[in-house]
Parts: sequence; C-alpha cells; structure tokens
Amino acid sequence: MFKDIEHLIRLAVVIAVAVVAFVILRAAVVPLSFGQYGHYRGAAIGEIASRPVAFAGHDTCETCHTDVVNQKKLGKHIVVACESCHGAQAMHADDPGSVQPRKLDTAVLCARCHETNSAKPKGFPQVATADHSAGLACDTCHQPHRPKIETAKSETEGKK
Amino acid sequence: MDITRRRLLVLLPAAVAAWKYVLAGTPEASPNYKLTEHWWGMLIDIPKCIGCGSCVRACAEENDVPEGYYRTWIERYHVADWRIERPEVESPDGGKQGFPPHVDDGGKNFFVPKLCNHCAESPCTQVCPVGATFATPDGVVLVDKSYCLGCRYCVQACPYGCRFINPKSNTAEKCSLCYHRITKGLTTACCEVCPTGARQLADLKNPKDPIHEFLRTHTVQVLKPHMATGAKVFYNGMDGSVR
Repeated sequence: MFKDIEHLIRLAVVIAVAVVAFVILRAAVVPLSFGQYGHYRGAAIGEIASRPVAFAGHDTCETCHTDVVNQKKLGKHIVVACESCHGAQAMHADDPGSVQPRKLDTAVLCARCHETNSAKPKGFPQVATADHSAGLACDTCHQPHRPKIETAKSETEGKK
Repeated sequence: MDITRRRLLVLLPAAVAAWKYVLAGTPEASPNYKLTEHWWGMLIDIPKCIGCGSCVRACAEENDVPEGYYRTWIERYHVADWRIERPEVESPDGGKQGFPPHVDDGGKNFFVPKLCNHCAESPCTQVCPVGATFATPDGVVLVDKSYCLGCRYCVQACPYGCRFINPKSNTAEKCSLCYHRITKGLTTACCEVCPTGARQLADLKNPKDPIHEFLRTHTVQVLKPHMATGAKVFYNGMDGSVR
C-alpha cells in the first residue's frame, strides 16, 4: 500500500527541520518579551523605568535641610522646590560629603523668574532688574529663601 | 535520511526547549509599581506660567537632551488685538534661558509650555513599522531605543511636533513623562522644579489625585482636539489662538 513511503518520510523530515530551524531562529532574533503587552518589547518598559534620576525631589532635601525649609515656610518661596534654583541634586543626596552644590549667582537666577515681561501673570512679582538694583546681586538685600524685606521697604521704593 | 528513534529523541526535547524559550519572557518592572493601576497625564495651568524656563533646563538635565533639542519647551504668544487668528509665537532656545524682557507690547501675551501629550490614540505609535514606540498600559508613550531604526515616520506623524531624532544615537526621542521617576513615586523633573505649580503630573486612575477636583471645577482643553488623538496633557485657561 505505501510502496514509496520513504518519500513521505523524507518530506516530513524536511518540514520538521524547517519548523525547528524557524523556532530556533525566532527565539534568537525576537526578544523574549515582544508582544507581552502589545506590538513592542515589553522589557523596554522596565529598562526605561530603571534609569537613574538626576533630581532628588523636595522630600529628599527636606530630610536633612529642615532649617532651610523652615525659613522658606515663612515666605512665598515655600512653593518653590529646592532644585528649582539649586539644580539637580540626586548625586549630592547620595553622597552629601563629596558632592557639593555649586554656589549660585542670584543676579542671573532671580531674574529668570522675576524679570518684567508682559506675558507673565499680572499678580506675579516682577522687576526691571536694571532699574531695580543697578546691577547689585539680589541677595545683597533679599534673603533668597525668605525674600520679602520686612524692615527696609523704602530702599526698594515699595516694589517687591 | 531515516528518522530513527534516536534522532527523534534528540530532536524533540530541543524543539520543546526552544519553544519554551520563545513563550517565556520576563517582564521587568519596579517592584511596587503596578502598570494597571495608573493612567498618567499632566495638567498645565497657563495663567500660572511665568516662562522662566526651569522646566526646559530640568528636562535637559534629567534626560540628557542634546543641545538645541527639546523634549519640552515654552512658547510665548503675542496676540495683537486685531490679529487674533494670526498669533506671533516665539520660543528662543525653547525658552531654556527664560525670555528677553518685554515691558508692554499691547494685545494679549502669555506663555504656553509644551511637551508630548501622551495621547491615548497616538498617531506616532501607529506609524512605527517595528514596534519601537508604544503606549504603555499606564498611558505613557515611550521609545525603545534598541528597536528604533531612525526612519522618522513618527517625527512626521506627531501633530504636536514633540519628537526629534537624537543626533548622537540617530533614534527617535521624545518626552518619556520621566517614566523612570514616576514609577519610583517621584514627579517629573519639569513638575518638580516648576516654581509656580503651572505644571502638575496627574494620575487619572488615582481617585485621590487633585486632578479630578480640578477637572470638575475648571474648563480645560487639550491641544488640537479636532485630531482626536486622546491627548492627556490638559491645559487650563488656554486661549483659542494657541496652536
């Protein structure tokens, strides 16, 4: 009945080898997690999530610098995060001894927020720095963590 | 070639092992973070934005964005009284160093921070031919650098101009909503440093997130709503002239 069954077996072996080769090749070139959540490599989510952070976050600063936070609470700058001015400090938070934040230039820093611009909200305190301080650094008069000057209002002509 | 019992016995376990290797796949995620329990977006309160550029600088530092490219940027709008349909928009260096002083140029002036809208029906992920860009189950559109060919389809597809090709890696790049931060319980770098609270990260699946109260009580809008991209960056107080 199956006189030439050898042909069929040979064909079956060829197909089986092809299937095995395909499976092995697919395993080699397609990442394991491809298709786990959709048409993409699922492990990429974890890879992107595991990158290190540069900004430590306000809560981290607060664990050590409570004195500064208490100062800030007395003024309007309580809403401004530490790293908003001081820059990314995750490295400093990891190793406070050897990594120190840079000293800041208030003449540049304060102006970024407080320089007059008609596109800024009207209620936001703004000054034309050239008229206001004549080139003096802002921290000559203002304490950056608690910027309102309580006693010497006349010196700034009542401007904030 | 004869298929002997011996050959079959060798081949079968090999095939089974290979198949198991294909079917396996280990998801990698932050230990306490569950993909299905979040749905991320952002709230931008335009009347609070002072155009200081803190967000742009922080984004560049946090995500190593190359000079001259922006994952987020700020636009300054000037709408003259008689040209509401044709606003003047400027964004010098993406607003990275703030904006040059304007004392009074009349009309209506305001700042609009922009970033990826993390669309629920994002055009960019639909055009990617290799599955290198995708929306995660928690609603963030990401780029798999190791899969991106740099074909630029997504750069053209994004209606908001939020994508670029990184000149060093030649792969597509965009805002990741600081995915490496939000999965660790932190907020994004831009929201962290925003001094006025104009930008706020929002988890729409978290019932305790203040975003819900805000959305109930304010009239918010998304950019280009007519494109039905399902944008999840909500703008409060946005003027009709914003493009």
